[in-house]
Amino acid sequence: MKAKKVFSLFMAAVMTAGLAACGGGDGGSNASSASESKGKDSGKKQKLTFCFRDDGIGKENALWKWIDSAYDSWDKKDEVELDVAPITASEGDYFTKVALQLSDPSTCPDLVAEDTFQLPNDVSAGYLTNLDDYVKDYDDWQDGKYFESMQKAVTGEDGSVYGIPYNSDTRGIFYNREIMTTAGVIKEGQDWEPENWDDILDACEKVKEKCPDVVPFWCNAGVATGEATSMQTYEMLLYGTGDRLITDDGEWVVKSKGMEDSLKFLQDIYVNNEYGPSLDLVLNGQASNTSAREYLPEDKLAMSMDGIWITGNWKDDGTSPVKDYGEKFGLAAMPTSKGQDPKTVTLAGGWALSIPENSDMKDITFEFVKHMMEPDTYLKSILQQGNICTRTDVAEMDDYTKQPFFDEATQFLKTADFRPQNDQYSSVSTNIQTMVESVVSGTSIKDAMTQYKADVTRTVGDDEVTEQ
Amino acid sequence: MKTAREMSIREEARKSVLLIPALVLLTAFFIVPIVLTVYYSFTNMALTGANAKNFQFVGLRNYKKMITDPNMIKSVVNTLIFLVGSLIGQSVLGFLIAYFMRNKAKTFRSVVGPCILAGWVMPEIVVSLCALAFFDANGTANTILQAVHITPVKWIYGHPMLSITVANVWHGTAFSMLNYQSALDNVSEDIEEQARVDGANRVQTLVRIIIPCIKDTIATNTMLNTLSTLGVFGLIWAMTGGGPGNATTTLPIYMYNQGLKNFQLGQGTAIGMVLLFVGALCSIIYTKVLNTED
Repeated sequence: MKAKKVFSLFMAAVMTAGLAACGGGDGGSNASSASESKGKDSGKKQKLTFCFRDDGIGKENALWKWIDSAYDSWDKKDEVELDVAPITASEGDYFTKVALQLSDPSTCPDLVAEDTFQLPNDVSAGYLTNLDDYVKDYDDWQDGKYFESMQKAVTGEDGSVYGIPYNSDTRGIFYNREIMTTAGVIKEGQDWEPENWDDILDACEKVKEKCPDVVPFWCNAGVATGEATSMQTYEMLLYGTGDRLITDDGEWVVKSKGMEDSLKFLQDIYVNNEYGPSLDLVLNGQASNTSAREYLPEDKLAMSMDGIWITGNWKDDGTSPVKDYGEKFGLAAMPTSKGQDPKTVTLAGGWALSIPENSDMKDITFEFVKHMMEPDTYLKSILQQGNICTRTDVAEMDDYTKQPFFDEATQFLKTADFRPQNDQYSSVSTNIQTMVESVVSGTSIKDAMTQYKADVTRTVGDDEVTEQ
Repeated sequence: MKTAREMSIREEARKSVLLIPALVLLTAFFIVPIVLTVYYSFTNMALTGANAKNFQFVGLRNYKKMITDPNMIKSVVNTLIFLVGSLIGQSVLGFLIAYFMRNKAKTFRSVVGPCILAGWVMPEIVVSLCALAFFDANGTANTILQAVHITPVKWIYGHPMLSITVANVWHGTAFSMLNYQSALDNVSEDIEEQARVDGANRVQTLVRIIIPCIKDTIATNTMLNTLSTLGVFGLIWAMTGGGPGNATTTLPIYMYNQGLKNFQLGQGTAIGMVLLFVGALCSIIYTKVLNTED
């Protein structure tokens, strides 16, 4: 009996140990699924492997079409074989799988699509090639053909370039022209250009007075809307006060005047004046869709703070088609809190093409990237992607500007800010959402900020936070 | 002349040589990874970021962080609820099915057995899809409820823990049933006969005679179920992803989130160590409780 007991205990320990080992330790093996087949010297041709995120639509994917057409028109295609190796995964899993792939030379692609928000992490891990020597001779890069803010987004902490940006997105206030005219905020045919936050609150007041059935202002404010609450709402406000989430030294700001002002604005909208939608509409995961697909098109909402992609809903093949939406709605830049420089503010995201450090054919890959980014090839792709372009010359092309709002939204890039490039951001972001939700549901600003301070301190540690 | 003792030592040595390949394999693929896992749990190793390049020994930091982390505590609680629920469900159900199938006609056994086994032989991911279809807002469970005029229930969102536990019970019952079946087959009919003659009723026979006879099987079965339940990842991941919120975040899910999604491999490994600890603790308790008389 004794022996059996010892044996069963041993077995138990061994089995759980195996379990733990599988979970944490075997990182590398997971990556094998995506691009095992990368032959180093298959035949005479070198093989260029391109890795990007596919959401399950395969060759219909705008990126896939882009790389195919770019390859077909490339003058060096006889020297290089193209291997399109997408990772079919959710956005979060994509970053994990890419990091695993990049860390091992045998699975590493030659070209990878990187979210600029993830890029600094991969840079400090040493996964990406420093492109300084390459962009030095890349005329378009040096001659201002790329938006400066996007160039900043692909620059690592060391000041070097680690990718070529290929798309972006910006945020602003979409408004219903008819309601705003009726309310007397703007005159017929005039564009609304709020200069500070008070202008927005004034407009809300007028709408509430003249059109009582209309919701004056909508911005995401719940935990359920996740990153949309942090980025489209809180950060748009905070960055407009001149304050930031994190100091240049990488310390998270848990108390500042800008934070108070931002929360005060939200409190004014949702609690003090009831300019916002009712909480059951805004505190659920569908809030952003409700405003873009129902309330704005049905003339039940005057102003909505959201991203350029919501215009996709209003296209003929969109979820909620709106006839002549370019005339029906307007897009105003979000002003800074008191109208101080740089007058307007937007948060931007975006993706870049990077060359992994472990790639064995960097020179020719960069040639290919340059070809992909040539205006003609690039224009077609950016139209298909439905995103903001990163090249100043493409931004002026007719095919691009004739998409309603894209011209304005692209101009926002000039003063665009980016989310903190810090690996704790995603955790802090959930703390932000909790803070915003508690304020709009009636908690005092002081209590919400105290809670935020406690949450962030626990997330990042005592020595990583600061007060201003 | 060699003594018998010397002979046997040589014999042992010769046998040991044959064990070397197995030992090497075991060391390379099992012992080394485990030792590394323990080591990594004391480092700030990461999948990306500066710590991916040069990770450092950080002592107990990962463990300290865990103690103050409400999500960690929540996931330990979730794990225990899931574990206890699954154990009770699987063992009781498995035992009852085995008990009632006893002495039944062979055809009956050969029809019912495979039906129960179906849940077990299915891959985890298929089980979770079946369970999703069952618990969906318009799924089987609600269709049945509506048929008898009961208001439909929001299973996955309203009762996420219950949903995943039931799914896991369905998946694991067959294993317990098989164990108990073979144990019950070994309970001598004579003892039962004797009990009956002495005037014991069915319940008394079950509690006083049969259960003590299969005590060892209960212990082994509970232990194996504990270990497999602690490791359940795919089922929960596919059904709820650990949500809504973190309502169904068990330790394996939390470990994945911390280690791979948030790139903190060191932290994830430390959570794995907690899982190891919980498993070992449960095993010790079972052995103590169920083997009191030796």
